[in-house]
Amino acid sequence: MEDDRVKLTEKQKQARRSRSIAIALVLAALVILFYVVTIVKMGPDVLTRPL
Amino acid sequence: MSLAERHEMMTGQDATWEGGMGSVGDYIALLKPRVMSLVIFTAFVGMMLAPGQLHPVLAGVGLLCIAIGAGASGALNMWYDADIDRIMSRTKKRPIPAGKITPDEALVFGLTLSLGSVLTLGLVVNWFTGAFLAFTILFYVVIYTMWLKRSTPQNIVIGGAAGAFPPIIGWAAVTGNVSLESLILFLIIFMWTPPHFWALALFKSGDYRAAGIPMMPVVAGESSTRTQILAYAVILAPIVVSPYLLGFAGPVYGGVSSALSAVFVALAFNVWRKREGDAARKAAIRLFSYSILYLFLIFALLLGENLLTRMV
Repeated sequence: MEDDRVKLTEKQKQARRSRSIAIALVLAALVILFYVVTIVKMGPDVLTRPL
Repeated sequence: MSLAERHEMMTGQDATWEGGMGSVGDYIALLKPRVMSLVIFTAFVGMMLAPGQLHPVLAGVGLLCIAIGAGASGALNMWYDADIDRIMSRTKKRPIPAGKITPDEALVFGLTLSLGSVLTLGLVVNWFTGAFLAFTILFYVVIYTMWLKRSTPQNIVIGGAAGAFPPIIGWAAVTGNVSLESLILFLIIFMWTPPHFWALALFKSGDYRAAGIPMMPVVAGESSTRTQILAYAVILAPIVVSPYLLGFAGPVYGGVSSALSAVFVALAFNVWRKREGDAARKAAIRLFSYSILYLFLIFALLLGENLLTRMV
């Protein structure tokens, strides 16, 4: 079967790579952000409350 | 273009795609960073002036959400206005007219950031503030960009409200409500917007005319615009001084803001007086440049005085 998917140019691949790195950094920052916000809003005992 | 047509285009013999060219910098440009910086600053002043306390981490996240929400509005504005941005010299280098980002990419980027910033602000700070940010984004994109901008010379008068909401949002992040003080901060930016933009429109009226945007100088003429600029400047002055008169700013603010406002009125008068040639153009550019400094100094004064009072 012939491959009819979109073929990216080198320039598009380079741009995608830089965007992917930026998205990864933003996601990592968001993980840290929500972790810190959880501690600030709910206190350090957030995991020791009764079920 | 329908999805089927788009699929057909993308799966044609060459199978090339015009999208995916945008760099990280292009996406940052979509957020209108300069406008964003003013939004962050005025929202921060609103937060600092508000009575009550907000944990610094939550305040920081709140500011980040307000900034991202403002950026998202900018991206959605560029998505919708790509056709006229192509025509105007001031905007033709923006990522969409420059062919670096497709309108679809800008739309998805703007919607994603809007949703993310509103939900995060609601969850982290409070839902009133989150709803207010959502309203601000909708106001800027739907009321201003889609409706008013191309239909009335009052576009930036009414649409200016969107740019004036950030201090109210900052204030609401701390108190959970809207008060007279935050409304005054809103009014300062709201009444400042018309003379600021009309000064720009005076020396860029050719651009707006070519793009078919009914800015005041294009529709009502330059003479009427100059009179309106002066009228707004005169009305703005007492509003700028009112934080002192109402007791939520001190005498230093009262004195300096009066002097700054007097300069603003004088420059507006100069625009009204000089109507021909290079002198008229220079007067408009001078008013436009000073208007940015003026608004910054007003809010910086409010902030500085508040910080000093807290420390003493």
